[in-house]
Amino acid sequence: MTAESSAAEGSASSSTSDAETPPIEVSDLSVAFGDVPVVSGVDLRVERGTLVGLVGPNGAGKTTVLRAIKGTLSPDAGEVRLDGDPAESLSARAAGRRVASVPQETGLAFDFRVRQIVEMGRTPHLGRFDGHGPEDERAVREAMDAAGVARFADRAITEVSGGERQRVLLARALAQETPSLLLDEPTASLDVNHAVRTLELVRDLVDDGRAALAAIHDLDVAARYCDEIVVLANGGVRAAGPPEEVLTAAALRDAFDAEAFVGRDPATGTPTVTAFDAADGSESAEPTESAGPPDPRRVHVVGTGRPAGRVVARLAAAGHAVSVGVVPEGDAAAGVAADADAAVVTAPPFAAVPSERRAEAVALARAADVTVAVGEAGKAGQEEIGVETDGETEANAAVLAASDRIACVGDRFDDGEPLDAVREIDGNDEPNR
Amino acid sequence: MSAWGRAAGWSAALAAALVAVIVTSAAIGPVRIPPVEVVMAVLNALVVPVGVETTSQGVGLLTLPNIDLAYRSPFAFPVDEVHQQIVVGVRLPRIFMGALVGFALAAAGTVMQGFFRNPMADPSIIGVSSGAAVGAVAFIVFPVALSATLTLPVVGAVDIGLSHGAGVSLFAFVGALAAAFGVYAIATRHGRTPVATLLLAGVAIQTFLGAVISYLQLQAGESLRRIVAWLMGHLSGAAWSDVAVTAVVVPPLFVVLLAYARDLNVMLLGEEEAQGLGIAVERTKRVLLAASALITAAGVAFAGVIGFVGLIVPHMLRLVVGPDHRVLLPSAALAGGSFLVAADTLARAGSTELPVGIVTAAVGAPFFIYLLVTREVHEL
Repeated sequence: MTAESSAAEGSASSSTSDAETPPIEVSDLSVAFGDVPVVSGVDLRVERGTLVGLVGPNGAGKTTVLRAIKGTLSPDAGEVRLDGDPAESLSARAAGRRVASVPQETGLAFDFRVRQIVEMGRTPHLGRFDGHGPEDERAVREAMDAAGVARFADRAITEVSGGERQRVLLARALAQETPSLLLDEPTASLDVNHAVRTLELVRDLVDDGRAALAAIHDLDVAARYCDEIVVLANGGVRAAGPPEEVLTAAALRDAFDAEAFVGRDPATGTPTVTAFDAADGSESAEPTESAGPPDPRRVHVVGTGRPAGRVVARLAAAGHAVSVGVVPEGDAAAGVAADADAAVVTAPPFAAVPSERRAEAVALARAADVTVAVGEAGKAGQEEIGVETDGETEANAAVLAASDRIACVGDRFDDGEPLDAVREIDGNDEPNR
Repeated sequence: MSAWGRAAGWSAALAAALVAVIVTSAAIGPVRIPPVEVVMAVLNALVVPVGVETTSQGVGLLTLPNIDLAYRSPFAFPVDEVHQQIVVGVRLPRIFMGALVGFALAAAGTVMQGFFRNPMADPSIIGVSSGAAVGAVAFIVFPVALSATLTLPVVGAVDIGLSHGAGVSLFAFVGALAAAFGVYAIATRHGRTPVATLLLAGVAIQTFLGAVISYLQLQAGESLRRIVAWLMGHLSGAAWSDVAVTAVVVPPLFVVLLAYARDLNVMLLGEEEAQGLGIAVERTKRVLLAASALITAAGVAFAGVIGFVGLIVPHMLRLVVGPDHRVLLPSAALAGGSFLVAADTLARAGSTELPVGIVTAAVGAPFFIYLLVTREVHEL
């Protein structure tokens, strides 16, 4: 091959890299500290115009993956590519022009001004004795405006608050003007207002075509702002994809070893995660590879409103197959049941329950191992059928009558109570009725 | 104003201050000489090359062109001949030596404080001063033995002909570099040199070398006095030849340090941050360590262990010009020169001459305490 043709090929491959090559590509990455493997076989791509959230339990290796991409630790196996080029082949300076990072915390000794810290973001663009040119001045000014630090640009970095400091570090990364951004817990020390503003800013930058990878511990935040979520646990990628697909009760139980209910945030419509203490105590002491509780069973829930919703959420989080009904349309319990992918039987409010709906609910209760009656609904079983005028009470009495086993839970209860109710029934050989 | 612009401004002002201190110092002594006469004496001593003369000289088969510069003195002010001799021949070499040593120590101290992100760091932190002391003391105690190794025939019988003073300096220089390299080697694993390990290795080596020095002092006998004088730091007896050697070594190393001033700023954020901002951290650390060790070694090789200059001058200047090393480094170096010249003037102004190290510590420590109490140096 002649030098000319190889040069032509080189330029061709770099031009294709603009169109297709992801700014950050991690393949089969493995890192060990001494003999202790931290992550192994991690694959990850961050495309232009996407914000990827890296979530996972403490110690899962989120920061390690970020450090490997930054180049501050060298992988034991696998490869990191920045804009198509192996990170190892890039000088620190070249890497500093491709990827900027916002650290979780930093030791800012000596009282530099905020402006001086932001100016340091220009380092990879400057020669050894270069002063700041107009281009650098512009980048620094824009970065400070965007991150909202211009107001205190002349204060000493040692005198600003933790949240302000975090934004100064963001401004520094912006001044670097790189196609990719890495953020390690960008909102960890920010109040709600500044957390939202920071993420909205990152979102805007990403929408302008940058690629961003953020380690985020708050799953709700990750779901709200990220295009994709990568779940890292036990040293590897457990799930990856859009938040709605990745943030499921099963995936979270697998990754975090916690029981979680994934609902919808009523304000944003994005997934919101509620984690529960794994109530099974001794049984779940050893981490299980299987997704699901030791004894998943079918549970039918009778009741309305937030208490019934809580019971459904808790049981679903524990991995039980839950069904609900009869509840009025639009009831809180119905909403929760829909989020939990539970079968739900609804009826128009303030009216008699149509007989086919009633039959549906009775069938669900019959198929269930246990029926849990929440609050007032529990009384329906004890009262004379037909005495009450309320349609649901009458229908629920029929549902309870059809159940093999019944457990009652009051309007106010601890998170563990619905689980205990289900398990106690299980321990009792004799049917309740 | 840009950082390099500020650096130039501060450097110009502090260089002017240094010149003023030098002239004042040259005027002070057992014989009082008016500052104007000092300036005239200096100008009289200036020579400028005006032409090149070549002669050929045969050495065996080789014929080497022998290049001579023709000099001319442009000034001829009327200065008392004795005064001319006192200023140019006696006082100025010592003053220039003081300026260079102070310059070197303050520059190295500034870099070490930034490098270690530790306000207690000074040029001796990586064992340079202790190494220099062992080299110098060993030569003072065993001059014959050490000289013998130096006068071994190399090619034919070449006698290096090292004077005693130069021998002490040479051994101090070598000892300084050996100690610094030892500390570096101990702290380096797999191409990485963690700063904390370096600091501890420095402390360990300093302690060990301190024991060696104490033992040598026990063996010293009659030369004990000279050892103590060297260890306290001194500038007396500086000749133009000593100044010339130091002046050749120090400025290029300072330029190297200055070239890394911005990298040093970024390194203050932490090494991971610096790496992310495009600094080749390990290489930068090696360069900074090597240049600092060399410039410190050049300073202490002649003058002995002069404490406090490298510790307090950087702190003082940081309070004045801020933490940006592009401004701080040249400012501290120039101020260090002025500080040591002034301290040495005090040391030789009294009826009995004191080692300058005593003066720097006696003046520097109270001033440092004043800074600690009044300004927030402890937060640096």
